Amino acid sequence: MPTVHIPSLMQKLTDGRSTVQVEGATVRQVINNLDEAHPGMKERLVAGHKIKPNISVAVDGVVSAMGMLEKVGEDSEVFFLPAIGGGAA
Amino acid sequence: MAIKNYEPNMVLATTEYEVVGTRPVRHDGTDKVTGRAQYGADFTSTGLIFGAVLRSPHAHARIRSIDVSKAEAQPGVLAAVTAKDFPRSDASPDEYVQLGELNTRLGYLRDNILASDKTLYKGQPVAAVAAANAHVAHEALALIEVDYEVLPSVLTAPDGMKDDAPILHDHLKTEELGELTDRVSNVAQHFQHVLGNLEEGLAEADVVIEREFDTATVHQGYIEPHNATAFWNKDGKVTIWCSTQGPFEVRDASAASLNLDIADIKLVPMEIGGGFGGKFEPYGAPVAAMLSKKTGHTVKIIMSRAEDLQGTGPTPGSNLRIKMGATRDGKITAAQAHLAFEAGAFPGSPVGAAAMTVFAAYDVPNVVIDGYDVVVNKPKSGAYRAPGATQAAFGVETVIDEIAEKLGHDPIELRLMNAAKEGTRRADGPINPKIGCVEVLEAMRDHPHYNAPLEGPNRGRGVAVGFWINGAGASACTIMVNPDGSLTLSEGSADIGGTRTSVAMQAAEVLGIPVEKINPQVVDTDSVGYTSGTGGSSVTFKAGWTAYEAANDIKRQMIDRASKIWEVEPDTLDLQAGEITSKVDSELRMSFAELAGQLNDTGGPVVGSCSLTPPAIGGAYAGSIVDVEVDPETGKVTVLRFTCVQDAGKAIHPSYVEGQMQGGSVQGIGWGLNEEYFMNEAGGMMNSSLLDYRMPVSLDVPMIDTVIVEVPSATHPYGARGVGEVNIVTPPAAIANGIYRAVNIRMEKLPMNPGAVVEAVWKNGG
Repeated sequence: MPTVHIPSLMQKLTDGRSTVQVEGATVRQVINNLDEAHPGMKERLVAGHKIKPNISVAVDGVVSAMGMLEKVGEDSEVFFLPAIGGGAA
Repeated sequence: MAIKNYEPNMVLATTEYEVVGTRPVRHDGTDKVTGRAQYGADFTSTGLIFGAVLRSPHAHARIRSIDVSKAEAQPGVLAAVTAKDFPRSDASPDEYVQLGELNTRLGYLRDNILASDKTLYKGQPVAAVAAANAHVAHEALALIEVDYEVLPSVLTAPDGMKDDAPILHDHLKTEELGELTDRVSNVAQHFQHVLGNLEEGLAEADVVIEREFDTATVHQGYIEPHNATAFWNKDGKVTIWCSTQGPFEVRDASAASLNLDIADIKLVPMEIGGGFGGKFEPYGAPVAAMLSKKTGHTVKIIMSRAEDLQGTGPTPGSNLRIKMGATRDGKITAAQAHLAFEAGAFPGSPVGAAAMTVFAAYDVPNVVIDGYDVVVNKPKSGAYRAPGATQAAFGVETVIDEIAEKLGHDPIELRLMNAAKEGTRRADGPINPKIGCVEVLEAMRDHPHYNAPLEGPNRGRGVAVGFWINGAGASACTIMVNPDGSLTLSEGSADIGGTRTSVAMQAAEVLGIPVEKINPQVVDTDSVGYTSGTGGSSVTFKAGWTAYEAANDIKRQMIDRASKIWEVEPDTLDLQAGEITSKVDSELRMSFAELAGQLNDTGGPVVGSCSLTPPAIGGAYAGSIVDVEVDPETGKVTVLRFTCVQDAGKAIHPSYVEGQMQGGSVQGIGWGLNEEYFMNEAGGMMNSSLLDYRMPVSLDVPMIDTVIVEVPSATHPYGARGVGEVNIVTPPAAIANGIYRAVNIRMEKLPMNPGAVVEAVWKNGG
């Protein structure tokens, strides 16, 4: 089952737990299942059908370009982190 | 350790190719050195008129009213616009649009184009006029009457975070990873990364160093100021000509601010005279478009240097607190960072990237990083070459240097002992793929510069290493085969650093033809698929990848076409070294050009195409070695010798990589020693000319020696990594460490200009 690492500022939604295991084959499924177990998560992470513009998702250590559509493996690690602000050069 | 015989510019290549890794002449070189290249200001057309922008004289003020009637009545003036002329002035502040790697709210975007109810920095556009010539337009600005209620201003992140600070946005509440707090504040965002247990890590340490750092606002300093020309046709279609790093982003932002369909706007990218991250915002394009709509003419707006410095997005000032602990044998056990970045007038500083990079050169088991994005009364910050990473490295590399000194370790050896490797987890979550941090440090350690004697009083040698994540994003490319076997390549990435050639080289490698046979073109937004901007050191990586795939598409089609001509199965054929050959019949061979001449008779033209978003990015490391001499009487710091070492993955065109390394190093030297927005108490920039905003000139810097390390990225077809940015990350920190070795003072503020150095020497009893 994938392991979701909960950012410290969101851990009040998970009773202080820093990691949570939930089912899901895509980031979308993981977030939906996460929200069922810990209501409020989806609202923090998702706007419409997409990850909020100021949040990125990393699966197995790699920041995803696919967002909600990114595939998640049985033993994957999922991180949510602030998206890069300030752009590029 | 053995000192290596590195030449002044050295490529430590690990893989050799036919085209990739060579140094052909750039395709756009002749136009650029003869002055024929067309930049934004060069654009002209029949009926062209000129726009000028009135800017706020106050850093923070409420706009009670704007009266443009006298300006409109001035002979020669054809129209005036204010924010009220723009549609959707009631757009929700929560509606986002994406510009490059930066997301911004539509309301903020609109107010940064023309202020509506408040001005939030001196230089913010308030109104604009169009006139038959630029002089009339500028003179007419004085006839616009704006009634301001001047408000108190706040200019730094620490001041902006205070409870009694003037509030910039009445609706802005601090967001903590998706959750809005209740309090209206200048802190737009707070986030935290946690790895391991910081307290336990600090308890294990024998040495703990904690320091606080401040860095000043600095500008990208590109040669060509911002410009935009627009024509609003009677059919509602708009064409914009401008020099920008993000043709598609400016198109989309213009469409959003003008409430047009994206398909109604065509952006024609002009040549670009530098950007370094500062040319993603639309600024004048929507204003020129609106003036064109009102007048029926094509309208050109060009910023002066003062407007550019005061009205565009510099990289922000920052306040950092860095705390690190290490055991006696040199193992770093804990690291903590407090990063408060000035966002400028609207949220969106690069503090997120600062947090990703701050400890990324090291394998530290226990980390806490807190980041704060703070709005202040300065121009909305923009990207600047590895945004956020230079500020962060200045702090952490100074502290690392001090730990090495306290423990009696060589500063590079201590870094090597703790260097991040493949598999190291960063505090923000990602696990390092194949990276070149160790290889960069080893090349620095083995370089003759690091091992040369440095004699004389008040001289010191400093080192620093740093990381940049590199960006990617969507990219599209088409390649057409011409009847003579030459090819025309169309891409959407503005070419700032020679990327027409570095992209074409990757296609040429696939097809086994000279890159001179390819004519690479940067085309308008109607002529190629969506391509994210020239930023994040991404173009050679992402556009090169699409060119590689498009060339493979051509290769497949050409083999298929030859199989029809020869009546053989395609899988019995190959295309190598510009020739189609049979794997089973040595008599069957035909040159690429010969086959190209038969395409129209064998099924029609061959066009290869690819569009993709690279699935993973290869971050990059670089390091600086610098020798400085400090005059303790005047505080002047002279850079005597400078070496930049950088992992390029695979240097597609080594000369362009070296150019990036030298350019980034010089910009880093300027950031470290001279450059700053010198602000008065009222929030006005006091040095808004290049005479007073002191960037390094050739006399200020030595030749920058380069060493290109090649640790191939695991994802890119040729192992390339972005090369444009990481080279700016370490110079200020390396110079600070050199100053310490020279005169025994730890610099905690940027810039380290003569006044700051003398003050520090005095404080140190000197």
